[in-house]
Amino acid sequence: MAFELPALPYAHDALEPYISAVTLQFHHLKHHQAYVNNVNNLIVGTPFENATLEEIVRKADGGIFNNGAQVYNHTFYFEQFAADGCREPQGELKAAIEKDFGSTEAFKEQFNKAAATLFGSGWAWLVKTADGRLEIVQTSNAGCPLRDGKTPLLTCDVWEHAYYLDKQNLRPKYIEDFWKVVDWQVISKRFSA
Amino acid sequence: MAFELPKLSYSYSALEPHIDARTMEIHHTKHHAAYTNNLNAAVQGTNVSNKRIEEIMAVVSKLPVAIRNNGGGYYNHNLYWEILTPGGANAPHGVLLDAINDSFGSVDSFKEAFVKAAVTRFGSGWAWLIQKENKLVVSSTPNQDNPLMDVAEVQGTPILGIDVWEHAYYLNYQNRRPDYVEAFWNLINWDEVARRFKG
Ligand SMILES: [Fe+2]
Repeated sequence: MAFELPALPYAHDALEPYISAVTLQFHHLKHHQAYVNNVNNLIVGTPFENATLEEIVRKADGGIFNNGAQVYNHTFYFEQFAADGCREPQGELKAAIEKDFGSTEAFKEQFNKAAATLFGSGWAWLVKTADGRLEIVQTSNAGCPLRDGKTPLLTCDVWEHAYYLDKQNLRPKYIEDFWKVVDWQVISKRFSA
Repeated sequence: MAFELPKLSYSYSALEPHIDARTMEIHHTKHHAAYTNNLNAAVQGTNVSNKRIEEIMAVVSKLPVAIRNNGGGYYNHNLYWEILTPGGANAPHGVLLDAINDSFGSVDSFKEAFVKAAVTRFGSGWAWLIQKENKLVVSSTPNQDNPLMDVAEVQGTPILGIDVWEHAYYLNYQNRRPDYVEAFWNLINWDEVARRFKG
């Protein structure tokens, strides 16, 4: 069964000026679409032909993993933004962040560092471990914490394509603006799921 | 002695329309400069602070990862600027041409292998033409690794390299890496590649 490119839950220009319409158009309609097309082509005639995306992320290797995980990661990334979202952690998630990182500020500082220092292409994540703790992890290229049995809650794409048209070499500026479009209601739902 | 950001022997606009001036300027004054500065900071106080960059590359597995990443970024971009030229020779020639024909069958087959390595390197990295004893081989490396490094899967002397980090082409080509790789072909300074080849 072929995977399909999910529509964004907002217009391509909804996150301006923090993420430009042209960046989102390329990111969603070209990069994300290419990963969808590639994984659909690669799974034909393999044991993953009828697999779910999560099964591919957990078990596949090579091109099937790279493209399948990039479909998963990008869907996960785009779904966490909103034009008028909740900009700070709330409720139980806020309490968990304070317990595991000390404060929201300390959490953000640590997350920013993970996103800024991932060398090359990849992702920074807030995850929930099997025993319920919150952690920050970095993954290279298509890496996804699901593969290590962790539950992803929040992610920042630090492939250069995520920010180069808007910020060029200034990745920290992109990370700063990233927080202005995250909708913490989405992250809370993932946390409580 | 500190590593220095080299000056380019041509202007930032000289490679247009294949590589635009803004891409060149940011690539050189921001990305390459950052690797240079970070390398200088990373080697300070280590026992490789007075070594040549090639010697450092050969032992990166024993050094902090910041030296591998920034040393690679420093060396790789030095090579990249030198093998590019606005008025590049049209084709490989002389003993280099003979070696390409010996190793790949033809220039076309070599180009096909090189383009494939550049286009299929997943994530950030480089594709290379490498001299390995008397043979030429094509390979690619992730991130800022290169064939001089003791961690490289295929080791040898790089004589041609293409940067396929998105920063090398995103302003002009966005997701179309194959178009950038094809454009790069029009800019190769084959005299410089031949100079690096030890026949
Ligand atoms: Fe570069």
